Amino acid sequence: MKQEILKIQNLHAEIEGKEILKGVNLVIHSGEIHAIMGPNGSGKSTLSNVLMGHPHYKITQGEILFKGENLISLKPEERAKKGLFLAFQYPTSVPGVNMVSYLRTILKNVKGSDIPVREFRKLLEEKMGLLEMDKSFAQRYLNDGFSGGEKKRSEILQMALLNPELAVLDETDSGLDIDALRTVCEGIKKTFQSENSLLIITHYQRMLNYIKPDFVHVLAEGKMVKSGGPELALELEEKGYDLVLTH
Amino acid sequence: MAAPKLDIGTQYADKYGFHDPEKYVFKAKPGLSKEIVEEISWMKAEPEWMREQRLRALEIFYKKPMPLWGNTEILNTIAFNEIYYYLKATDKQENNWNEVPEQIKKTFDRLGIPEAERKFLAGVTAQYESEVVYHSIREDLAKLGVIFTDMDTGLKEHPEIVKEYFGTVIPAADNKFSALNSAVWSGGSFIWVPPGVKVEIPLQAYFRINAEKMGQFERTLIICEEGASVHYIEGCTAPIYSNNSLHSAVVELIAKKGSKIRYTTIQNWSTNVYNLVTKRALAHEQAVVEWIDGNLGSKLTMKYPSVYMVGPGAHGEVLSVAFAGKGQHQDAGAKMVHLAPHTSSTILSKSISKDGGRTSYRGLVKVAKGAENVKCNVRCDALLLDEESRSDTYPLMQIDEKKVQIGHEATVSKVGDEQLFYLRSRGLTEQEATTLIVKGFFEPFAKVLPMEYAVELNRLIALEMEGSLG
Ligand SMILES: Nc1ncnc2c1ncn2[C@@H]1O[C@H](COP(=O)(O)OP(=O)(O)O)[C@@H](O)[C@H]1O
Ligand SMILES: [Mg+2]
Repeated sequence: MKQEILKIQNLHAEIEGKEILKGVNLVIHSGEIHAIMGPNGSGKSTLSNVLMGHPHYKITQGEILFKGENLISLKPEERAKKGLFLAFQYPTSVPGVNMVSYLRTILKNVKGSDIPVREFRKLLEEKMGLLEMDKSFAQRYLNDGFSGGEKKRSEILQMALLNPELAVLDETDSGLDIDALRTVCEGIKKTFQSENSLLIITHYQRMLNYIKPDFVHVLAEGKMVKSGGPELALELEEKGYDLVLTH
Repeated sequence: MAAPKLDIGTQYADKYGFHDPEKYVFKAKPGLSKEIVEEISWMKAEPEWMREQRLRALEIFYKKPMPLWGNTEILNTIAFNEIYYYLKATDKQENNWNEVPEQIKKTFDRLGIPEAERKFLAGVTAQYESEVVYHSIREDLAKLGVIFTDMDTGLKEHPEIVKEYFGTVIPAADNKFSALNSAVWSGGSFIWVPPGVKVEIPLQAYFRINAEKMGQFERTLIICEEGASVHYIEGCTAPIYSNNSLHSAVVELIAKKGSKIRYTTIQNWSTNVYNLVTKRALAHEQAVVEWIDGNLGSKLTMKYPSVYMVGPGAHGEVLSVAFAGKGQHQDAGAKMVHLAPHTSSTILSKSISKDGGRTSYRGLVKVAKGAENVKCNVRCDALLLDEESRSDTYPLMQIDEKKVQIGHEATVSKVGDEQLFYLRSRGLTEQEATTLIVKGFFEPFAKVLPMEYAVELNRLIALEMEGSLG
């Protein structure tokens, strides 16, 4: 039997006293690709942040089990070390922090040990090649002055390096034009290892043309209202959220 | 938060706060008087004109009021009568590392001086207490005719050059602390670079305060003749003491036509030190002067490196960073005085305050009438690490000419929760994340430092950040 990577049970979470997640349930096994779709403001980013342990959110009820272990009391950095990754919808920049040394630092922090410079360089060049990233990128400062597309690529590069057991991609497709979307999605596919799992969060179906999910869920007003196979995404695209959700 | 609490006190003391038993050959009585000043001059066997100049400066010091700006509250706690104005650790000059007394060597070992020398130094003037104990100049430098020595020796061996320039850029009457320095100065560096000579390797000196209640009043004079260039570096760390210490240096730079001087400082005074320094440069036609100034530590720093651009086409630059922790006030900035046409200058000031620390940017940009086509760019960035910390800017502009281009930009930011969360989600602890953000903030400064200093600065920042969270 496949291992249960993530199990979310009756998750309620609030921010500034306002309840956003109102009883979310989800189970992801190793090797599975899941997609969560939902209208703007339905709580998709909230769910991603809560999974990663953002300190601003308060969990009022429910459980998050990661490989059977309760995540809720763990700090974000501890979750990262356990193999969880979040590609942000709006990645922040950190001026003055050199990309290469940053990437080496996070790899060391997440894996718990340093790898030799040479080996790291090889690994980095390989991943950057898969993502069709220019070499000069590595000499820049962390996300500083990056275009929307470059920021998303930077997120995927970090994911590729850290090779997490579960990666949550929060609207990685937003802000990308058609060509950029294709390269990023191809990059995800090329760097994705089949024993790992993905949770793709998106508003539109278009990303799912490139990365075919095994399961699609619909989040609306803080609840999972519908689950199905990849055909659900197409249905949503065709009929729109309103129609699908009211029937 | 359950992060292990790091004891910054003992770590800091261990790494930077060590001090030697006070083995002094001569120790003056605390307090300031005509007798003390005369004794200093007599001990140094100085020429008569210097003795008289000191005494005149003392009179000026007595008459001058304390500055009415900066942090007057802290300034007025200086107990001038409890300060020692002159100390001498060993009687004789050393120019060979092997001959430096063991006790002193240990101190410098921990500061990494021999290593630094091996790597890139042209010459070392390590100031121990008020007197220089170790001095060496590489032969090729001497062959080029470059003079690099301590100020006392400079006065003995090159009195005509010293007499011509000493106090011409910063006269004793400039301010109360330049008057004090002019009266009791001891040590510091003297550099003269002959016309057309480009000194490729940075010249370096280390300073330390190592006696309770001791003042350190070094005096540095650098003259770069036409078309010459030199990079001078000073670095400081100081032991921790319970009593207040006064550091009041005067640094005068003269960059002749087409020459270039870069003056780099990293200071990390212990948190009881009053660091009140006057630094000023004259830049003649087409000359370039750069002040690279890093201020960590001290109780109060007041320091505004300035460039007086007196010849057409001269360029001045100040790049400064300041870090203020608990109970500290870094009042730093820059002054750019454009007295000739086609002169240009840039000021980049970056400051960080944490644990209630305070930073101020105090700047002056002056353009004299007739100084047409002047360009000046000022940028100050302040980063606050918590709610209790504070940062202010006091930019002053006196522009008496119409054909000028002046830019000014100031930002104050906080370490953002989103930045922290982002980095933590990639496996960094909160403290590691904050340290990384701080290092990034200082990067424009670190990048112009020689490698060893950049590494040292990063270590200091990491140390300053330890124990501040958790
Ligand atoms: N910091 C916040 N403070 C208050 N409300 C918030 C905050 N962040 C998000 N919300 C609210 O939570 C709801 C869900 O937001 P979000 O999770 O970003 O939705 P989605 O990602 O699905 O578009 C929205 O109504 C939004 O206004
Ligand atoms: Mg969102």
